[in-house]
Amino acid sequence: MEEIVHKEHAELAEAFNADEARVDWHDETLWWVRQKRDKMAWSIPEWENLREAASRIKHNVLGNLHDYLLEFERNAQQNGAVVHWAADAAEHNRIVLGLLKEHGVKRMVKSKSMLTEECHLNPFLADNGIEVIDTDLGERIVQLAKEPPSHIVLPCIHKKKEEIGDLFHIHLGTPAGNADPKFLTAAARQHLRKEFIQSRVAITGVNFAVAETGEMVVCTNEGNADMGAHLADVHIACMGVEKIIPQRRHLGVFLRLLARSATGQPITTYSSHFRKPKEGQQLHIVLVDNGRSRQLGREDFRNSLKCIRCGACMNTCPVYRRSGGHSYHNAIAGPIGAILAPNLDMKEYKDLPFASTLCGSCSNVCPVKIDIHQQLYKWRQVITQEGYSDTSKKAGMQMMNMVLSKPGLFKFAGSAGRFVLRVFPGIANNRLNPWAKQREMPKAPAVSFSEWYKKNKK
Amino acid sequence: MKVGLFIPCYIDQFYPQVGIATLSLLEKLGCEVVYPQGQTCCGQPMANSGFEHLTTGCNTLFVDHFQDYDYIVGPSGSCVLHIKEHLHVDGKEEAATHIRHHIYELAEFLTDVLHVKSLPAKFPHKVGIHQSCHGQRGLGLAQMSELVAAPFSKPQQLLEMVEGLELVNLKRTDECCGFGGTFCVFEEAVSVKMGKDRITDHVNNGAEYITGNDVSCLMHLEGILRRQNSPVKVLHIAEILNACYE
Repeated sequence: MEEIVHKEHAELAEAFNADEARVDWHDETLWWVRQKRDKMAWSIPEWENLREAASRIKHNVLGNLHDYLLEFERNAQQNGAVVHWAADAAEHNRIVLGLLKEHGVKRMVKSKSMLTEECHLNPFLADNGIEVIDTDLGERIVQLAKEPPSHIVLPCIHKKKEEIGDLFHIHLGTPAGNADPKFLTAAARQHLRKEFIQSRVAITGVNFAVAETGEMVVCTNEGNADMGAHLADVHIACMGVEKIIPQRRHLGVFLRLLARSATGQPITTYSSHFRKPKEGQQLHIVLVDNGRSRQLGREDFRNSLKCIRCGACMNTCPVYRRSGGHSYHNAIAGPIGAILAPNLDMKEYKDLPFASTLCGSCSNVCPVKIDIHQQLYKWRQVITQEGYSDTSKKAGMQMMNMVLSKPGLFKFAGSAGRFVLRVFPGIANNRLNPWAKQREMPKAPAVSFSEWYKKNKK
Repeated sequence: MKVGLFIPCYIDQFYPQVGIATLSLLEKLGCEVVYPQGQTCCGQPMANSGFEHLTTGCNTLFVDHFQDYDYIVGPSGSCVLHIKEHLHVDGKEEAATHIRHHIYELAEFLTDVLHVKSLPAKFPHKVGIHQSCHGQRGLGLAQMSELVAAPFSKPQQLLEMVEGLELVNLKRTDECCGFGGTFCVFEEAVSVKMGKDRITDHVNNGAEYITGNDVSCLMHLEGILRRQNSPVKVLHIAEILNACYE
């Protein structure tokens, strides 16, 4: 028997489904975002060409990543930035901790960065006595709730406004029962402003790093990345190595796609370019691999590195909408998370590629045309080949193979199965059969098609 | 034109009427149809579960049974797609390639090969189309709502030829029903919720029947409908296109 380290997606999703009204609300909320995305996509007649262009630019990047990274490093250094290389999450965290210690910082602000979530930077820094204040409103909300984000673009999409009102009442002292989004946002702004002013170091993520100029582009709707980076003495930008794009002009493709795909906005409120540290300020860039080179070496899964973290695949995914982001027990949930995670730890995330019906909607909305559902299928094969399938599933599949490979046996098993279904519906239709828990079994006909054909046609 | 009739395993065992309707429809449209006895399954249940390496037996059987036909036609988009994407047999690659290139789901065979322009079928009911994902997104039976592209639908094109049939408009035109092969048992909770939500969309828009090109999805929806004691019924598209055929 394999040890179970944590609950798997199916079990976590089942728990989420215990409250059906909440599932409906979650589903409708995200479907609304998907519809906004559709509207925005249709506002650009050349949308499909734009996706193709983005996909090809990223294809070029992945084929020449080594050169582009060195070009980026060279230009960033010329701009006055300090470039750090981290092979994995642990090294990334050590580098950041080292910089914070150097500046004697105990509390600091951080704007949205899925990479730091992936590296579990916040708990690592907390263990080292440093408190991180997430400044993205959604991230701050889940941070106050002591939860991880459930969505890469909409971190607290699983929370209702009343729950946020309660959290703010406890942590920020807002009046009990006030769940007015405008009021709560203003309260958060007041609270965060103090943090911005006091923070001497600011961490930001990176959406795009331009090799040609050594600059980084950070997209936010709240301006919190700018606020943090401009007010602090030290700006630390953390990025995965796949965030590189070759030239500045390519931003014209990606910025048009990103916000439209993510939230159905034409563009994010802020697309901030960071190129040079201002007088007296330090700019550090941490380039992180953390399994990306390994994924680059897996031909079937390489294209997953094209991802620009828009979250469109989550919003469209009928499974994600009805299982919630936390059911993926990974920093990146949904379809894209399910093809990225097994590369990080195949055993830990062996369940995720199966948390899909392979409907293919994810691949269709992906702005960089990652063949997500095909990769889910391929991960299933790899996970099985590597021996991470459950024993019972393996036995069932071998039995199925035996019956289906032998027409005589198939006929016998089929009629036996139909006989059982017809005579003892109680046996087949019990609570132990997951099909029959909430569904009736198909009615068993008197004869199979092949029997009918033999009698009537030949 | 010699057509090999591919009746997927669960249709053979549980929905023989779909096989009969498919055969009857094709014959009435002038095809010479043969059902090769001894066929079993396309291998998809195993492959989608991560056991593609166990499908050699199914693949060999499939090639042996269907290599001699001009076209292979089956009433299931999902099974047809699986063959199209994954059928390979060592030493019989030429035959496998012929099959991959000449296998059709029933509706696309009617619209694209037989170029059916009219059908004397009659079905005076309100019907909702369930777009099964593998047929739609995999085989391209209908335009996908995610893409910025001109709409079309082969199943709809055929159903519009049926006298008295009224198609209902759905709120979500192509959302997955949650069947997903073994997903339906391994992820039971989400699978059923997805199915219930699809049904609600059809019911709210007045459908008396839910039809589609994949019996697997319909079997899942039917299971939920019957548990709910709903008067709404499922029918495979072949059964409707073959209705009152004279």
